[in-house]
Amino acid sequence: MWKHWQAVSGGIVNKKIKPALKPNRILRLHRIFRHGDRPWQGLIMVVSIFIIVLMAAIGWMLWRESSGARFTFGWNFLAPTTNASWDPVNDHFQAWPFIYGTLLTSLFAIIIALPISLGIAIFLVELCPAWLRTPLTWMVELLAAIPSVVYGLWGIFIFLPVVVTPIGSFLAETLGNFPVIGALFAGPMSASGASRLAASLILAIMIIPTIAAVTRDVFLAIPNSQREASLALGSTRWETIWKVLIPYGLSGILGAVILGLGRALGETMAVTMVIGNSIEGSLSLLRPGYSMASVIANEFAEAVSKLHNQALVEVGLALFVMTLLLNILARFLVWRVASRTPQEVRA
Amino acid sequence: MEIQTMVKPTTVENTAIKVQVKGLSVYYGKFRALTGIDLTVHDRKITAIIGPSGCGKSTLLRSFNRMNDLTPGCRMEGEVILEGENLLAPAVDVVDIRRRVGMVFQRPNPFPKSIYENVAYGPRLYGIRRKSDLDEIVASSLKSAALWDEVKDKLHQSGLSLSGGQQQRLCIARALAVEPEVILMDEPASALDPISTLKIEELMQDLKKDYTIVIVTHNMQQAARVSDFTAMMMIDEQRAGRLIEYDATHIIFTRPKDKRTEDYVTGRFG
Amino acid sequence: MTRFGKLLNQNRIAHARKRKTGNKVMLSLTGVLTALALVPLVWIIVYVILRGGKSINLDFFTQLPKPLGMAGGGVLHAIEGTLIVTLLAGIFSVPPGVLAAFYAARFPNTPLGMALRFSTDVLSGVPSIVVGLFAYAVLVKPMGHYSALAGGAALAVLMLPTIIRTTEEMLKLVPHTLREGSLALGASEWKTSLSVLFPAALNGIFTGFLLALARAAGETAPLLFTTLGNERYDLKAIISGGVQSHQGFFQILDRIVNQPVDSLPLTLWKYAQQPYPERIEQAWAVALVLMLLVLIVNITARVWIQVRTRRMEG
Ligand SMILES: Nc1ncnc2c1ncn2[C@@H]1O[C@H](COP(=O)(O)OP(=O)(O)O)[C@@H](O)[C@H]1O
Ligand SMILES: [Mg+2]
Repeated sequence: MWKHWQAVSGGIVNKKIKPALKPNRILRLHRIFRHGDRPWQGLIMVVSIFIIVLMAAIGWMLWRESSGARFTFGWNFLAPTTNASWDPVNDHFQAWPFIYGTLLTSLFAIIIALPISLGIAIFLVELCPAWLRTPLTWMVELLAAIPSVVYGLWGIFIFLPVVVTPIGSFLAETLGNFPVIGALFAGPMSASGASRLAASLILAIMIIPTIAAVTRDVFLAIPNSQREASLALGSTRWETIWKVLIPYGLSGILGAVILGLGRALGETMAVTMVIGNSIEGSLSLLRPGYSMASVIANEFAEAVSKLHNQALVEVGLALFVMTLLLNILARFLVWRVASRTPQEVRA
Repeated sequence: MEIQTMVKPTTVENTAIKVQVKGLSVYYGKFRALTGIDLTVHDRKITAIIGPSGCGKSTLLRSFNRMNDLTPGCRMEGEVILEGENLLAPAVDVVDIRRRVGMVFQRPNPFPKSIYENVAYGPRLYGIRRKSDLDEIVASSLKSAALWDEVKDKLHQSGLSLSGGQQQRLCIARALAVEPEVILMDEPASALDPISTLKIEELMQDLKKDYTIVIVTHNMQQAARVSDFTAMMMIDEQRAGRLIEYDATHIIFTRPKDKRTEDYVTGRFG
Repeated sequence: MTRFGKLLNQNRIAHARKRKTGNKVMLSLTGVLTALALVPLVWIIVYVILRGGKSINLDFFTQLPKPLGMAGGGVLHAIEGTLIVTLLAGIFSVPPGVLAAFYAARFPNTPLGMALRFSTDVLSGVPSIVVGLFAYAVLVKPMGHYSALAGGAALAVLMLPTIIRTTEEMLKLVPHTLREGSLALGASEWKTSLSVLFPAALNGIFTGFLLALARAAGETAPLLFTTLGNERYDLKAIISGGVQSHQGFFQILDRIVNQPVDSLPLTLWKYAQQPYPERIEQAWAVALVLMLLVLIVNITARVWIQVRTRRMEG
């Protein structure tokens, strides 16, 4: 009987959440015979399965639609190389310049966005007067609400000439002459400003809200007793933040970075508008480049040959796999934090 | 000094003064949580603060190391004088005060770092880097906190892997490592089992040789067992906490002057 | 004083100034960084308003584009396109999103519930351009042509995770007593879900929907090869033409959703790349409309939920 009820209800009373609410026997019998639950639960289950299938279908479709390119070029398609060709005329495709552009701009964006986001999160949680907190939080989040094309437009006409070109020229003159990292900052800075640097900076602005929001939540979740413990020993506020709070929330902050990285990898329009869309051989941040998302955006609708089309889908597949892996990594980190908590509660 | 601490029974008159509280009032926003507190804390003695819940014991204790500053809207009036220096003066270096006046909290709150790093945290702040110095400080603090024998073989395990009582002693060791003069304890044993509680109480008797201790407790027996002096607090009609009686512990528990104290210590109250 | 007490004292005094300055500098730095992050926000908003405002007039909202190189004309086609596509996206995403959220809130720890959560997470991380590729493969290619429908579906996929998550959060917040009350009265679970849980969570669902919509309305990448763009798109002409030739409702509807359309972001992207100054200025005007639309929807959603939750608490 009990088993039957469970089958019908699917375990309606979730024992984990509310153990106090074990239904009494009469209620239980009543439930067995009531109408409509089976269809209802069937419905929400089918929809859930649909969502899962949808996620899987994206991967599968990309896999299927890129089969020709995968078959023709194999791993060469993705492999790092200095003289890659992306040649729709002769149907020869190698995606390394795009992958390099995406990785470089995203990583550099993280390097810029992380300290700023940390600063925002610390300011919001630890320092900011209460009345200022909500408006500031909103403003930072609005940064994420501005459409990507608007960033692109502002980027092309304002941000590039006013900010990026001067910074780029300065970097070329200073860091450009250093032995190893010089390659990353080799000039000349492109005159229009369209460059990987431009893409990185715009990306940084766009992912700051993501990283800042998650980091802020991490700081909010740190128990006050940790702050008190540190301050009572005579730490300054900053020492408390740097030596206690940040180590405490480290995996959460790492998760925030990964989320931000995922955002940056897939960002399309703003990057396409400012990166310069060029496959020249230079490794430099200050030169025009290309990104995975940009090449799809620019070429997919006009790809005539089947192989060209499939090569673009394969770039999309690579992008999908990257974000999938990042997501799994982020979940793993969250899981690690969660599995650490019970020990702390022991006291 | 050494001789003085041996003199029993202790009385208010015959011991050196460490902290003098004069006319202290504390506000949380508009709410006055403490009013007109005058209190003398004696050097190398244990002073207990007792009273019903919500009467401002923690608030008073947190005035000694300005932890109240961290509560938004909290304001302190009056004086808390530590060796001639008014801790509530605006120009005072709060960070240094908190080193001189250490604190142990109700729930053990070790950092999620190793036992070693927990204790070394304070000394590192003050610029002690050399491994041998740190080792010495960690060992001596853990010994003073009666934890050394239990952890000496696992100094690099997480402080969170210890039991509750051990964690609390780790927190005491962590506080001792910065050489405080006064140690504040806010119901340090209330989250612990009886055996751990007993250990903490024994530890306090040891620590008293070198440190001045102020302990908040709502456990009458504990106050009677461990303390030399007892301050009895209670709220008045405006819900503001007041000090209603202060004397040597044996007097408070045997012949208090105030009827309310008598009721409270004999359990006829709240 | 012990030996290490002396050591401590020496070091402490030597370090005190450094620590204090470090503290001040770093704390101020966090404020500076916060301000720095807000510079682009203010800069973009103010600049777009000033520059875009110059080209905004009534024609801009009521006319179709003029041929290239001619001044004047508007972006009515794009405004209509954005409305149609986001409307379709809403229709495609809200019902499945809300239903899946019921499942996720109800059975969070079953294997299916965990798979659902994982899928939702993955979906929210899938780049929008990839979703565009997917919609192209499953809709545009089999149907043989670009359409508002395919664009709406692509945006719906992007909206799903937000809708599922916010709805799930809201359902979890509904007090158990409410639900128990209903169940104890003998109402079946599905009735409880629809008559108690759903209304109680409605504010949250609506907020989630608005936030998702604000994001979708600004998306370009998934539309590039689903709706493609269509400068001739004119709802009025489609409807009046359909009525005149005595077409039925569904035929007209079919003509509305089953052909390529433009959208504001798509138009902005195209205009910004054209070498005609009039088009560039119109791109700024489009940016202004798009930005205001997105920000207003976004802020409305936030104010809405704040007001509602405060009322519930108070
Ligand atoms: N952070 C705070 N904000 C506002 N009121 C507080 C705060 N902390 C304590 N209070 C109030 O001050 C009074 C004394 O509190 P507390 O010192 O914690 O009492 P005790 O430790 O004796 O139980 C209580 O009425 C309490 O509600
Ligand atoms: Mg208390």
